[in-house]
Amino acid sequence: MIDTLRITAEEAMGLLERREVSPAELRRAYLDAIAERNPELHAYLTVTADSPGDSVPIAFKDVVSTKGVETTAGSKILKGYVPVFDSTVAARCKDAGLSLLGKTNMDEFAMGSSTENSAFGPSHNPWDTDRVPGGSSGGSAAAVAGGLAPWALGSDTGGSIKQPAALCGIVGLRPTYGTVSRYGIVAFASSLDQIGPLTRTVRDCALLYRIVSGRDPCDTTTVELPLPVEIPEVEDLKGLRIGVPRELNEAEGIEPGVGVAVENAIELARSLGAEIGACELPRSVEFGMPCYYLIAPAEASSNLARYDGVRYGLRSDVEGGLTELYERTRHDGFGDEPKRRIMLGTYALSAGYYEAYYGQAQKVRTVISREFAAAFERFDVLVSPTSPTVAFRLGEKTANPLAMYLADVLTIPPNMAGLPSLSIPCGLSDGLPVGLQLIGPQFSENTLFRAAHALERAIGFDTVPERLR
Amino acid sequence: MAITRDDVLHVARLARLELSDEEVERFGGQLSAILDAVGKVSELDLDDVPPTSHPLDLVNVFGEDVPRPCLSREEALANAPDPEDGFFGVPPV
Repeated sequence: MIDTLRITAEEAMGLLERREVSPAELRRAYLDAIAERNPELHAYLTVTADSPGDSVPIAFKDVVSTKGVETTAGSKILKGYVPVFDSTVAARCKDAGLSLLGKTNMDEFAMGSSTENSAFGPSHNPWDTDRVPGGSSGGSAAAVAGGLAPWALGSDTGGSIKQPAALCGIVGLRPTYGTVSRYGIVAFASSLDQIGPLTRTVRDCALLYRIVSGRDPCDTTTVELPLPVEIPEVEDLKGLRIGVPRELNEAEGIEPGVGVAVENAIELARSLGAEIGACELPRSVEFGMPCYYLIAPAEASSNLARYDGVRYGLRSDVEGGLTELYERTRHDGFGDEPKRRIMLGTYALSAGYYEAYYGQAQKVRTVISREFAAAFERFDVLVSPTSPTVAFRLGEKTANPLAMYLADVLTIPPNMAGLPSLSIPCGLSDGLPVGLQLIGPQFSENTLFRAAHALERAIGFDTVPERLR
Repeated sequence: MAITRDDVLHVARLARLELSDEEVERFGGQLSAILDAVGKVSELDLDDVPPTSHPLDLVNVFGEDVPRPCLSREEALANAPDPEDGFFGVPPV
């Protein structure tokens, strides 16, 4: 009997290696769990009944192109779209023997922090189904936390891996920009989009990162890793210098229970041998959100120009010519959030506003990178809450786009600088998981894994949602 | 910063996006509020700061010019909503 709520991907690999279970039995256990709990969680949009692979199975956010398997990016405009090629990450997982369990729900085109922007209905948090799982990779987070997948891939532009991982009590890594191929990933904001793992343990996170990372000739923004990925083993933090950026830890809107859980984790780090010190990122938090919400929509407005009803996806019936076809198809196919961001981005890039908005935001981005670089002269790792709040209720923020945007206020700053950052569960507040964000310099994933692994062991967080124990 | 109805319609036209009257009204108000928030970037004096367009220092990444298999015509048209004689069909331009 395989307990899909508790078993890690690494443990599942062990069972396979020792031939205690077959790949088919392992898959069956997850497919049974999906049949049982996906109706209440709506973590998956598509479940793949048959998929080859002799290792553990995996779930992909529906932004990952999978040959022969519908890929919608959570949008009506891509409903029915079946890729004729595999993304590089899908191909690498296939090569590693990982069979596909299915495609997970997400905010449309990865724009959102709750999955409520999915054209196919929201996902629900396994800890409390009246609450959101976070987003935009909320389906992947709910699938892993709810025992519907041993691990999953998500994408992160402003916090879309880290924030749902935090809200669902699991581990999520947004890798260094350029370390994981985006070939075959539905694009949102190309100078920010990254693919990364959502897992139950830090070791699983490192194992999956090892599988998907590395240069890809099909994506010229990728680079070779300077060092091989190490699976963390050390359980102390001796010699590690941890910085606590004031602005990230004292930001307006951080719930008291979240602050307490993070402070406890920092004390634990001290007891494990880390040197703890305060530091500042004076403008990165205050200006990070405005900077992000100019750059990401600007790039999105360009990337989403391809959905025009001509080559793939929805085409609306329309009287008239080609322009009318474009305009009506895009009206009918996009939901509110993509429309808002296309409008915002087009405005920010339009004549007369480019310098004041997009150009200025690119300069702010340099300022943020410099502030982090200064902090990393004194520290190896920076820590903060991942999300200012625990999982919020469905519908709580949908009426006010700006309130929803603030869900990413703490995850955005490192993303702007292309830095790797990882969220691990560090405790509960009001019975709901709290995420701890660890941020490192570019290509410092091994350090992040080591720090997160030691903390994970010391914290001893039970990733099984209380109501499912 | 208040976005006028004409601004909304102009931007929607640039983006080839049809909007209903209700959407023009609603997005206009929301965009004004969002632009107020993001306009904060103009508070900083950054004349001497270079822009960042890409977080890694990569310049001119070249690939070997090696032919490799590409999509067949059938594959390229597999998801087309209205393929016609091996081409993408569109209404009169």
